[in-house]
Amino acid sequence: MVALDDVSIQFGRGEFTAIMGPSGSGKSTLMHCTAGLDSISSGSAWIGETDLGTLKDKQLTRLRRDRIGFIFQAFNLLPTLTALENITLPMDIAGRRPDPERLGRLIEMVGLSGRLQHRPSELSGGQQQRVAVARALASQPEIVFGDEPTGNLDSRSGAEVLGHLRGSVREWGQTVVMVTHDPVAASYADRVVFLADGRIVDEMLRPTADGVLDRMKDFDAKGRTS
Amino acid sequence: MFRTALRNVLAHRARLLMTMLAVALGAAFVCGTLVFTATVSAQLTRASQQDFAHVDVAVRPGADAALAASVPTLSTASLEALRRLPEVARVTGVVSGFTAVAGKDGRPAERGGPTLGTNHDVQAGSGASDPRHTFTAGRPPSGRGEIALDEGTATRTGYRVGDTARISVDGPGLRVRITGLFTTDDGPVNAGGTLVLYDTATAQRHFTAPGRFTELDVEAAPGVSQEDLETKVRKVLPRDAQTLTGSLLAHDQRVHIEAATASLRTTLLAFAAVALFVSCFLIANTFTMLVAQRSREIALLRALGAQRRQVTRQVLTEAGLVGLVASLAGLALGVGIAAALGPFVASAGSLPLGANGPLDVPWYALSVPVVTGVTTTVLASWLPSRRAATVPPVAVMTQVFAPVGTRQKALRTAVGALVAALGVAAVLGSLGLTRTEDGILLMTLGAMAVTAGCVVLLPVLVRPAVALARPLWSTARSVRELAARNCLRSPRRTAATASALVIGLGLVTSLTMVGAGGQKAADAQAAAVLKADYVVSMADLSVLGPDVEPLLRTAPGVTRIGALHDAQAEIGGAHRFLTSAAASTVRDQLRLRFTSGSLDAFGGTRILVSGHEAKAGGWSAGTRLPVRLADGTRTEFTVAGVYESNSLVGDFIAEPASLGAAPAGPSLDKVLVTTADGSGARTARALAHALGDSPAVRIESGADLSEAAARGVTRMLGLLYGLLAMSVTVALLGIVNTLALSVTERQREIGLLRALGLDRGGVRRMVRLESLFLAVFGGLVGIALGVFLGWAGGELISADLPGYTHELPVGRLLFFLALAALAGVVASLWPARRAARTDILTAVGAE
Repeated sequence: MVALDDVSIQFGRGEFTAIMGPSGSGKSTLMHCTAGLDSISSGSAWIGETDLGTLKDKQLTRLRRDRIGFIFQAFNLLPTLTALENITLPMDIAGRRPDPERLGRLIEMVGLSGRLQHRPSELSGGQQQRVAVARALASQPEIVFGDEPTGNLDSRSGAEVLGHLRGSVREWGQTVVMVTHDPVAASYADRVVFLADGRIVDEMLRPTADGVLDRMKDFDAKGRTS
Repeated sequence: MFRTALRNVLAHRARLLMTMLAVALGAAFVCGTLVFTATVSAQLTRASQQDFAHVDVAVRPGADAALAASVPTLSTASLEALRRLPEVARVTGVVSGFTAVAGKDGRPAERGGPTLGTNHDVQAGSGASDPRHTFTAGRPPSGRGEIALDEGTATRTGYRVGDTARISVDGPGLRVRITGLFTTDDGPVNAGGTLVLYDTATAQRHFTAPGRFTELDVEAAPGVSQEDLETKVRKVLPRDAQTLTGSLLAHDQRVHIEAATASLRTTLLAFAAVALFVSCFLIANTFTMLVAQRSREIALLRALGAQRRQVTRQVLTEAGLVGLVASLAGLALGVGIAAALGPFVASAGSLPLGANGPLDVPWYALSVPVVTGVTTTVLASWLPSRRAATVPPVAVMTQVFAPVGTRQKALRTAVGALVAALGVAAVLGSLGLTRTEDGILLMTLGAMAVTAGCVVLLPVLVRPAVALARPLWSTARSVRELAARNCLRSPRRTAATASALVIGLGLVTSLTMVGAGGQKAADAQAAAVLKADYVVSMADLSVLGPDVEPLLRTAPGVTRIGALHDAQAEIGGAHRFLTSAAASTVRDQLRLRFTSGSLDAFGGTRILVSGHEAKAGGWSAGTRLPVRLADGTRTEFTVAGVYESNSLVGDFIAEPASLGAAPAGPSLDKVLVTTADGSGARTARALAHALGDSPAVRIESGADLSEAAARGVTRMLGLLYGLLAMSVTVALLGIVNTLALSVTERQREIGLLRALGLDRGGVRRMVRLESLFLAVFGGLVGIALGVFLGWAGGELISADLPGYTHELPVGRLLFFLALAALAGVVASLWPARRAARTDILTAVGAE
């Protein structure tokens, strides 16, 4: 069974891209391949000048550590570390010290100033995702990947997280790629790419929630008739 | 419900693997011990069974005869009286005693069995041969200088009919010619002892006196029962003579064999007990973790209406199943252990074990291990099973299941501290008791309480231990932190895993300390007391013959000979054994250390008493004691001095003159020899040669005495190291178990760490650090506990063992610690590999 069937895609620097599609469309697989979490059977994936296919596990791991930021849908944080330690985790692993000014601004941006010493079990779902966002941005990665980052959140917390992501793109020129099935989340992006059955079937620039929703409905209709 | 339990066990079989291994090990050792001791017992019994086939009644000298001479005997008159009875078919006059045989290399030919000499009785008139021996080559001996040798010894040494050999009866070596070879039914002899035959007259010259016998064996005429015969026989014998029927003899021998194997069994079962006890922690830990992992499943059961009791029963049934399977596996392993134990125990040398025969597997060797294994597993999982029942149904919807409350934790800490404190008090208190037996009992109880309290308190020590250890971990800060946090995640689990090492190392450390101190004391004792250069004695501790002193005097370089004789008397109302020695011998050839009085007053009725006896009787220099000598005279002795107890002389020393008329027979216990050249190989050889290179005599210098004492301790320590290996193995299994389960639990986290950029080596390092912490933490606490208990035990022993000094065998302790650390590293290998190979996508929960 083919997850991705001849997909060619580019993500521009400083762009916020959303990847959408029904379940089984291969959107998560696409993200995992571009992030160096999964291997490709044919073709290539590049981050900047680096061809991911040429990297061995150790180098791939280092790439993820230094040049990529991750936000997963759930289980983003290590339960034994405090919020602050979770945020600085990739840099700790690398043995680098974070820039204190940038870190401070990040923490302020996500509004976690009073909660830095708390363990994940003492934070709400929304707070946990905000910690994850801060972690993803703290090491100044070339690209941030989010896999349904707002999937488990209520609409208000979700909106906060998406706002932070968009803010990072606007203010710091961060590149963000987000996989989602939520039209509202997609509307925060600059571009939406639609996947179905392992192929790119459509693209939408400057999306709106309604526009995305309508486009998704078309999919359902087509799906029912074919 | 049984079916569900079975399915659960099968589903989690990988996780239960370590537990099953530990239980199997314990059960295997129980099974192996029982099979092995049963086999040994059966072997010995079988070998001895025919021994009494030709003896319907055995007649032995009674109490009066024992007092009259040092070797009690029966007269020819008694033999003739028995022969005249119509109920008697045959009477064999037996003369037996000690005879050592030298192999062709000059060393004793026996291998862990008795060294006997006896007569080959040929009936005057009928010429009927002694039923005890069947000749297979040559002919029976017929005069002085001739012997026959048992086949087993002949095969071992290579002697043949016509060869000359050297033997020893009471010291000096004798050259004899072997005229025949024979087989005997004597089990222990066939298992490695030696048996030499003389003609009756020669045997009597060696062991008793002309016309005297050590035993008369009577065979009944056909149709006469053993009991009838016994009645008739008693009528013609001196009133005090002992008679034993053949069946009674066989029974007594069985009891004797059983007693010998019983002590062996107890020692080996102690190993098994330690293994099973230590596995309890492993089992409890496993089931606790399994319950925590399955909390959602259990919550679902509860939500669907299962009662608490049903959940508890479910977990207990699973535990029972695990115990059953593991114990059954242990049985197979146990039979293998039994086969391997044979050569190991034979080399430690206390029981004569013959050729390897089939293993004897009694029913209890199969059932007891299984029952023990299942019971241990079920008991150890009782607490976790009760905890399983407390999972609330609502947990099916939430992710987090609240851990044990703080109130329980405070209660645990309080109970642990109390038990430990009581234990320490008991241990220290036992040192003040006067009776050693009471002291040992109280100290043992105290030691168990301290250990138990320690184990209960261990979780409290985890946090400070991690804090202390953190700066020492020289690795990337992130990995260090992750490992440290993980150890702290559940202090109870960390402590439970480390407990196995605490107990194992604590036990071995304390015993090693006492052993090391005892070794020094043994050195100090015997070697220090000997001022002469050599002490000559019989290897089997029997008396030396009258020829020994004159022979030694002729040896080149000998400047002085001093004799230590055995004597007996009633002192202070009780029968005592004394050493009889001249004052000059005590002064010039012994170096006694006096705690009261001195040597100056010694002589005549002024005697020396050992510290051990003086303490028991409350005596000191100047105490007067009523005495009844061996010849019946009543007199009074005064204590001239009290000396430190040692193994060279007895508890009482008196001059020969003051002991009255000595009873007939040899009584020479040791001869002290001072030489012109001191002690050296050449001098020792000269002395041996003077004694005819006898295989039965020991010629020991001070250094030899120390070495002999040390060897005994070394053997004990060897057994200890076996114990150490056992407990470290189980502890290692426990660590692997905890780590493996913990890695499975943390699959998501490890996946996340890998995604965020921690490489495989880092993950392995993290797991290894956790393992190392567990092992070293357990090891250090165990060693500390062991040092305390070892010190206390030593203090208790030093009261009875003067010269005992506390010895901290630092080298050995460091070795133990290193072993623990190594165990930690080895235990981490497999879990670390598994953790490093975690598939990131599966762990992170991708679609």
